[in-house]
Amino acid sequence: MKLTRSFNRSLWAFHFNSGSCNGCEIEIVAAITPRYDPERFGIKLVGTPRHADVLVITGPVVKKMKDRLLRVYAQMPEPKVVMCVGTCGISGGVFYDSYNLEGPVDEVIPVDVYVPGCPPRPEAIIHGVVKALEKLERIQGGGR
Amino acid sequence: MIASWELAMIVFSAVIVTIYGIVVGLFLLGVDRKLAAHMQARVGPPIRQPFIDLRKLLIKENVVPDNAIAWIFNLAPVVALASSIVILLYLPIGSIYPPLGAYGDLILVMYLLTIPALCMVAGGFASGSPYASVGAQREMVTMIAYEFPLAIVVVAVAWRLAAAGIQDPFTLGSIAAHPIWSVAGPLGIVGGLLLLLVMAVVTPAELSRIPFDTQEAETELAGGLLVEYSGKNLAMFYLSQGVKTLVMAAIAVAVFIPWNLSSIVTLPEGVALVADLLFFLGKVILVMFLSVSLVRVAMARFQINRVVSVFWIYLGLIGLVGLLLLMADAALPAAGVLA
Ligand code: SF4
Repeated sequence: MKLTRSFNRSLWAFHFNSGSCNGCEIEIVAAITPRYDPERFGIKLVGTPRHADVLVITGPVVKKMKDRLLRVYAQMPEPKVVMCVGTCGISGGVFYDSYNLEGPVDEVIPVDVYVPGCPPRPEAIIHGVVKALEKLERIQGGGR
Repeated sequence: MIASWELAMIVFSAVIVTIYGIVVGLFLLGVDRKLAAHMQARVGPPIRQPFIDLRKLLIKENVVPDNAIAWIFNLAPVVALASSIVILLYLPIGSIYPPLGAYGDLILVMYLLTIPALCMVAGGFASGSPYASVGAQREMVTMIAYEFPLAIVVVAVAWRLAAAGIQDPFTLGSIAAHPIWSVAGPLGIVGGLLLLLVMAVVTPAELSRIPFDTQEAETELAGGLLVEYSGKNLAMFYLSQGVKTLVMAAIAVAVFIPWNLSSIVTLPEGVALVADLLFFLGKVILVMFLSVSLVRVAMARFQINRVVSVFWIYLGLIGLVGLLLLMADAALPAAGVLA
């Protein structure tokens, strides 16, 4: 898959909640407010995984959500990047020993960028997107 | 019979119009996003953002779902784009007479306008997703709703021109040559303003923008009609959205504000053409700003059942009052002879 520069100037993100406490959601919404205005860089939230380039996942993966997460991941057209927002998705966070946890996100699908914090600040989320862009640029450089 | 050079001219102008429609359409989408961003005190994306989006969509994978009817699913975006470009061939651009202007009139344009919407409906049903099916049903309902007020506008304007004794009142050429404002008296001008209002409300519905974007509602229907589209097919719908924006603005310009710079101030030949084109672009942006960007920032989405009553009851009534005023204007000799 040959990536061009236009890819990282137009990232469409799909937000998926795999069992989050909604704290991360609030911060994601804060990150798309006019104050931070990610549309400057062509980033926007879309309503369906089919339109998405970035899958933004919040929360640990609970048992019921595992299949759905796999399915949404498969529904996204290539090339795609996965971003995991919040400590929960990275390690399980406060829910690490919960009885209905399938595990952190990267035990279910491959994750490209981690954004730690409980919940992470909007600045951190935007920084995560920048990291995702850098990763895409590396892919562009080296081919896939 | 059409002479072969004439056919060649039409083909040539069709190519030009296609390029022009796509470029200006995407440019309009960019301007719309920039204006909306400024209204929300944001910096907003660069104006060439839609071009970047388009290039990105073209390198994405094109997924055809297993339970979709593949040939309709793939055909719908192509036909949607092609048919919206065809409409442009019937509309005057600045002072340039439309390439197919002699072969079709405003009624034909009205019918052609339904084709992109029908393609989206077909594509939505063919994609085999419940969200898309609900979206397609809503699109049909919206289409039925706005068609009636739009027809009133078209018929009222053409009728008034006919009452003033103008030849071929339905052709866009003669509508553009005789603006309704110069034909009608004071009563008629009030009627014309009402019709302008109706046209301004029909435009966002035709373009499925807020407040009439129930069929694509991202928050309830996850993208509605377009839920299963990705990559190349989505890019084609994106393009046809841009071209349709240009088409709707150009119709409003041709019917309600058809003046050209060259008819107001005298300009040398070559300059006049360019000036007219720029002036036309300015008018198109103005129309789009007032009836798309401003409304979409200021309003929330209507419920689907409200959409129908907005169009059939309120706008239908406003349109009929406008029509009656135009008729009264033609019937009262004192007001009617001002032309
Ligand atoms: S990281 Fe914190 S805020 Fe985010 S979902 Fe987990 S517990 Fe909630």
